[in-house]
Amino acid sequence: MASKNNEAHWEKTKGLMRITLALWFFFGYVVFMFGHDINSMSFLGYPLAYYMTAQGSLAAFVIIIFWSTGKQQEIDEEHGVSDAGRDD
Amino acid sequence: MFQGKFIDNLPKIYGTYTGGFLAFCLLMAVFEANGMSAKTIGILFVAFTVFIYAFIGYLSRTMQASAYYVAGREVPTVFNGMATAADWMSGASFVAMAGGIYFGGYTYMAFLVGWTGGYILVSSLLAPYLRKFGCYTVPDFIGTRYGGNVARFAAVLVLVLASFTYVTAQINATGTIASRALGIPFETAVYVGLASILMCSMLGGMRAVTWTQVAQYIVLIIAYLLPVFWISNKIGAGFFPHFMLGEEVQRIAELEKTLGLTKNSAAALKAAKVPGGLAYISNPHSAVPAGAMAAWKFISLAICMMVGTASLPHILMRYFTTPSVSAARRSVAWSLFFIFLLYFSAPMLATLSKIALIDPNIPTSIIGKSIAEVQGIKWVQEWTAVGQVFIADLNGDGILGLNEFFMRSGVVVLATPEVAGLPYVISGLVAAGGMAAAMSTADGLILAISNALSHDVYYKMINPKADTAKRLIVARVLLVVVGVFGAYIASMRLTGILGSVAWAFDFAMSGLFFPLVLGVWWKRATRAGAVAGMLGGLAAGTAYLIYVGPKFMAQTPWLGIDHLRFGLIGAPVCLILMIVVSLATEEPDAKTQQMVDDIRIPAGKTVSGN
Repeated sequence: MASKNNEAHWEKTKGLMRITLALWFFFGYVVFMFGHDINSMSFLGYPLAYYMTAQGSLAAFVIIIFWSTGKQQEIDEEHGVSDAGRDD
Repeated sequence: MFQGKFIDNLPKIYGTYTGGFLAFCLLMAVFEANGMSAKTIGILFVAFTVFIYAFIGYLSRTMQASAYYVAGREVPTVFNGMATAADWMSGASFVAMAGGIYFGGYTYMAFLVGWTGGYILVSSLLAPYLRKFGCYTVPDFIGTRYGGNVARFAAVLVLVLASFTYVTAQINATGTIASRALGIPFETAVYVGLASILMCSMLGGMRAVTWTQVAQYIVLIIAYLLPVFWISNKIGAGFFPHFMLGEEVQRIAELEKTLGLTKNSAAALKAAKVPGGLAYISNPHSAVPAGAMAAWKFISLAICMMVGTASLPHILMRYFTTPSVSAARRSVAWSLFFIFLLYFSAPMLATLSKIALIDPNIPTSIIGKSIAEVQGIKWVQEWTAVGQVFIADLNGDGILGLNEFFMRSGVVVLATPEVAGLPYVISGLVAAGGMAAAMSTADGLILAISNALSHDVYYKMINPKADTAKRLIVARVLLVVVGVFGAYIASMRLTGILGSVAWAFDFAMSGLFFPLVLGVWWKRATRAGAVAGMLGGLAAGTAYLIYVGPKFMAQTPWLGIDHLRFGLIGAPVCLILMIVVSLATEEPDAKTQQMVDDIRIPAGKTVSGN
C-alpha cells in the first residue's frame, strides 16, 4: 500500500489535474459554445471568437500547461518525491 | 570547439547549425541575384537539407537497445520539445493548414484548437506516468500494466492501424515535394523520399530520429515564419502580423459582402471542367455560423483531435526519452510552445494570402480584374500549367469573381511568397520546410510501428531470449519493411481511399485513450476490461466509419458525427466496456496495484527497470 505521504501527494496531484482540465475545458470548448454570440465583440481589432480560435485559446493552453507543470513540481517537492535533477 | 559530452554541447551545436542554415539561405539569395535558375535553387535547398539530416542520422548510429528505443533517455527538455514539435507537425500541417483556413474559415480552425489543446491531456494525464513506468513503447505499458499477450497485441493493433493511416499521407507528401523540387516523376520521388526518411532513422533508431527532428524543426519553423513576417511587411499589413491583422480581417469581411460569397452548383463546376480537389472561396473568413449544430460541429472536431493527440503512440513515445519524470512533464509544455509558434501563424498567413489576392487596393490582387489580364500573370500561368490553379468564367462577364478562381489548398503556403513578389529563394526555403515537416513525422510514425512490432511482438511475444544484436537487426529490417510498404501504398495514390489524417486520431482515440488513462488513474481497471475496451472501441469506431464514410456506405451521420469524428463513437464504447468488464472481473492483484502506486510518484526507480 501507498504510504500516507504518497497518498497525500496523489490527492493534491488529482486536485491540480481537475483545475487544469477545468481551465482546458473552458478555453477549449466553453468559449466556442458561444462562438456566434461573442464574435460581435472585438479584441486587437479581431472579432473575438475568430481571435480565440486563431490565437487566444492556443496561447491560453500554453500558459495553462506551463503553470500546471510548475504547480506539480511544487507539489512533488513539498512531499519530497521530486526526481528533478535525476541523471539516470 | 565542442569539448565534453555531446549533450552538454547541444545549444552550441544547434546554434552553429542554425547559423549555417541561414548562411546557406543568404548564399542562395546571392546566387539568385546572379542569375541562378529557380529550379536549381529548389534542388539545392532540398538536397542540402536532406543531406544534413542523413549525416546526423549517420552520426547517431548505435548498437544499444536503450539508445535505439528511447535515445538513451538523455534528451534535454527543450530539445525534446523541438523534436516533438517536428514529430507532430506533419507535411499536412505545414503545407495544407493555412490553405484549409483560407478556404474553410472559422469552421476549419477547430483543427487549430484541437491540435494544440490535446497536449494538456498529455501532460496532466499521461506523459509523466508513462515516463516513470519506463517502457520502450506504448503497447509495452499496456502489456505490463494489464499483463498478458492479448492486451499487448490489442494495443499493437490499434497503434499500427492509427499510425499507418497517418504515415502513407506523410510519405505521399515527401514524394510530392521531392517530385516538384527535383523534377522527377512522383512514383520515383516517393522512393527518394522514403530513402531520405530511412537514412534518418535506420542506423540510430530513436536517437537518430531525435537529433534529426530537432534539426528539422529549426528548418521548418524558419521556413514558415520568415515568409509570414516578410509578406506582412511587404504588403503593408503590419510589422508584427499576429497582433496587427485585425483591420485586414475586417476588410476581408467587407469584401466578402461586396464581392458576394457564392456557392457553385456541381453541374456548373462540371460544365466548366474544374478539376477535382481544387477549391474556391465560399465560406466566410471570420464570421461564426449561427446555431447549436454549428457550435457542436466545431467542438466535436476539437474533442476528437485533442483526445486523439493524447493517444497517438508516436507522440507519447517522445516523452520516454527524457532523463526524468519532471523533465518529461516540462518537455510537454515546451512541445506545445514550439507547436504554438507555427499554429498561431497559420491563420495570419491565410489572412495575408487572401487579402493579397482579393483586395483591389493591393497591387497583387486578381479578383475583380479582367480574366484576360489575370491569365497574363506569371505565377497564375505557372501554377495553372501544373494543375494547381484553375480559372473559369462561370457567369461569362469576363471579370474574375470570388467563385471563379480555383486552387489546391497547398498553393496558399507554396505560392503566396511568389504572389507577394518575394524572391524565389523564399519558395526554395518553403519547399525545404515542407520536406522537413513531412520527413520528421514520417520518421516518428515508421519508428513507432516498427518498434512496436520488434519490441512487443517479436521480443516480448515470439522470442524473449533474443540477444540485443538480434533484436536490433529485427528492428531495422521491420523499419525498412514498414517504410517500403508505406511508400508502395503511397505510390499507388490510394490516399484518397485511405482517408484523411483525422482518421488516425479517431482510431487512436477509439482504442487507446481510456486503456492508457485508466491504467494510471484507476487501479481497479483489469486486463479483461482493457482488452474488451480496446477491441470493442476499435470495432465500434471502425464500424461507424464504414457506416458514414463517404467512400463506403455513406449513410447520414447521427448528430453531425461524420467520418472525421468517428472517435466520438469508438471512445465511449471503449470506456463503457472497460468499466463494466473491469467491475465484473476480479480486481488486479496486489503487485499490479503496487505498480500503479509506484508510477504515481516521480521519485525512485522506473517500474519496468529499463
